[in-house]
Amino acid sequence: MTVSDRQNHKPETGAFFQRDRDWHAPALTPGYKTSILRAPQKALLSLDNTISEITGPVFGHSMLGELDNDLIHNFAKPGESAIGERIIVHGRVLDERGRPVAGALLEFWQANAGGRYRHKKETYLAALDPNFGGCGRTITDDEGYYFFRTIKPGAYPWPNGVNDWRPAHIHFSIFGHGFAQRLITQMYFEGDPMIWKCPIVNTIPDRRAIEQLIAPLDWSNTIPMDARAYKFDIVLRGRRSTFFENRPEGN
Amino acid sequence: MVQELGYLKETASQTAGPYVHIGLTPNFCGIPGVYKSDLGASMVNDKTLGQRITVKGRVIDGAGMPLKDALIEIWQADAGGLYNSPAEMRGTADPNFTGWGRCPTSAEDGVFTFETVKPGRVPFKDGRLMAPHITFWIVARGINIGLHTRMYFPDEAEANAEDPLLARIEYRHRAETLVAAGTAPSYTFDIHLQGEKETVFLDI
Repeated sequence: MTVSDRQNHKPETGAFFQRDRDWHAPALTPGYKTSILRAPQKALLSLDNTISEITGPVFGHSMLGELDNDLIHNFAKPGESAIGERIIVHGRVLDERGRPVAGALLEFWQANAGGRYRHKKETYLAALDPNFGGCGRTITDDEGYYFFRTIKPGAYPWPNGVNDWRPAHIHFSIFGHGFAQRLITQMYFEGDPMIWKCPIVNTIPDRRAIEQLIAPLDWSNTIPMDARAYKFDIVLRGRRSTFFENRPEGN
Repeated sequence: MVQELGYLKETASQTAGPYVHIGLTPNFCGIPGVYKSDLGASMVNDKTLGQRITVKGRVIDGAGMPLKDALIEIWQADAGGLYNSPAEMRGTADPNFTGWGRCPTSAEDGVFTFETVKPGRVPFKDGRLMAPHITFWIVARGINIGLHTRMYFPDEAEANAEDPLLARIEYRHRAETLVAAGTAPSYTFDIHLQGEKETVFLDI
């Protein structure tokens, strides 16, 4: 589809499928200690979507800078680059019906190769990389595809249990087409033995839901003598068709 | 056996963690130069229609402490009651109003601030008008899945009394947790994650 085709394409306005809250982590997960005082204790108020949740902000490709999806270079001095294992992360954003989500804004952030975040509250003794900031963003194309280039983040210790370490991970923030689709999650790397030890990973009760967060090595898209590739598909909530709604959308 | 429905499962949420600012508000957290400005930092400009308001507040944990590492996003209609979204079918929203804002809570006192406009009323599914409201989405370290809630206005008692969502709250005193304090043009909306004053959160 061209841009003009998309503008002529009638947007979908149905309510989103209800969230399966047995698939997601519950709010209270004592193994992840900070959740104890930050988890609501009363039941959520259930509500079918209104127009306040069916709508949401949509961002245009024009907001992106040239290096926004290149974390190896977007904070580096001219002619230099971040240190670490060079990788490409790519995939599709789909909804639960398997349809591509075009125009979805993805933002990502991560530690450097040594597991050190560029954040003033971070005190881990591993060094900062002067050429690595750790943030990036992109917008999916008409088929829902996205990609970015980065260095593989390192594991890092955190004060939860005495000896807890996070597996290597990249944080993702995703906007779909409605505010009810808003999602933040984390991507892990195939074969990392620390995934199954992590109290944050283990907040998710269903092993299949965890496996859906693990990106496989994608040898086919690895660029010889340059960067390996990992493929990470993201699924947002599907939406009902409006055929059977008793009122036209928006009412 | 029956046919397979064939639906995919939604990607599971994970906490935004303590360093969410690196990705979502890099300029705020001292990573300048990657983006010109932080997304969602400004919702209005000189031409935006409607009554300017300021919404401030804190997110407070079960021990009564404000979160200093939370990130709040808001989504709301413009002054005319239209959303700046392709899914808005009732008309065209004010092009000088984004409808969406993002603000981290301050590392010093945990306060978030939005400079916005008072939203107009929008319809519920059955056509009744909802009271003016702002949708809130809260993420932070320790929060496994983003929390949705709404802020209503203390000076809209009549509209609030007929609001279909507020009417759904079985324990009537809990409806007050969704109504901000203060008077126009300055409102305070504190969000309590748990305990006696726990804010009503939504499964929407």
